[in-house]
Amino acid sequence: MPEVVLRKTAFSIEEIFHEGGPVSSNPPRRAAAIAIIENPFAGRYEADIQGFMEDLQPLGLKLATRLVEMLGGADQIEGYGKGVLIGEAGELEHGALWHAPGGYAMRELLADSSAIVPSTKKVGGVGARLDVPITHINASYVRSHFDSMEVGLNDAPRANEMALILVMSTGARVHNRAGGLAAQDIVGKDGLR
Amino acid sequence: MTLKIRKIAVNVEETHREMGREIAPVTRKAVAVAVIENPFAGRYQEDLTVLMDIGAELGTLLGRKCVEALGITPSQAQSYGKSAMVGENGELEHAAAILHPKLGAPLRVEVEKGAALVASSKKMGSPGQVLDVPLGHKDAAYVRSHFDGIEVRLNDAPRANEIMIAVAVTDSGRPLPRVGGLAHADAVGKDGLK
Repeated sequence: MPEVVLRKTAFSIEEIFHEGGPVSSNPPRRAAAIAIIENPFAGRYEADIQGFMEDLQPLGLKLATRLVEMLGGADQIEGYGKGVLIGEAGELEHGALWHAPGGYAMRELLADSSAIVPSTKKVGGVGARLDVPITHINASYVRSHFDSMEVGLNDAPRANEMALILVMSTGARVHNRAGGLAAQDIVGKDGLR
Repeated sequence: MTLKIRKIAVNVEETHREMGREIAPVTRKAVAVAVIENPFAGRYQEDLTVLMDIGAELGTLLGRKCVEALGITPSQAQSYGKSAMVGENGELEHAAAILHPKLGAPLRVEVEKGAALVASSKKMGSPGQVLDVPLGHKDAAYVRSHFDGIEVRLNDAPRANEIMIAVAVTDSGRPLPRVGGLAHADAVGKDGLK
């Protein structure tokens, strides 16, 4: 399979102190990592593409490791998500190659991460933005942790590129009060509750 | 103090390849953004001292965030810039009060030296609008390889009563500079220009 050709990496972190309510004593943080790589399948239909998933594993681990560092360690992480923007000479299916290497890289670094990693993907032009969903790492139904982070770069993805994205968060929405399953009530067996 | 921060965001961009060429060392830029309450939203205020003092605090805070995000020592910083976007209940002059009188001096402490003017931009805006932060060499404004910029935007800021302030710092110039002019290595750094 083709090698991974990396043009650019970008990292964002946000700290949210309040959103019109009381200032948080432990402000939630979210971070995103983006890698802009060449799409080896751009411009043509290729039937057999699955081998590229394995090629992406080291990049997945690199991005996940950086996110963990940015947020102060694996024990700080409570939410995650992933996404892909595929440049216009590519195909939605190419983005689907990121599911396994992106998701398993994060779960490898985070203890008690039984929950599926929520994701989104789309074909887009240079400057396209992606709203990457975030849910609790161990129980998808934890309502306080449903969140998202908007990411994108003004100069990517070019037509023959893909933007591979991972996102992690340190906690619940800053003024969460919509009820549902609470993080302290997680059973943690099935990844859902 | 009257500085009320709702949110801080820090972005780092690293360019590894451009036009098929490897960039070694990788060029890197950081931008740190604070979203604050505009104490003068919705009314005319003659004396803007409060915003000037807020600017001083943000020069330190955001300059330091950038340097930390790049993982460099202050002396390794090479260029900088500053910008502000004011939500619709504010006034362009509010951006000027934050950026110009007092923000630069503490920013220069965070990046060491800094004889050159800090390049700046300002605008009125709304949540999700783009703010383009200009970049120029911190010691010698004529260093041509370091004329650049970095875009930043936050989907939820600035709200009508807020101001978004950005400081950008790099440890490098453009990825493939080749339009001549004064080189980084030849900068004297005394008068801020050459």
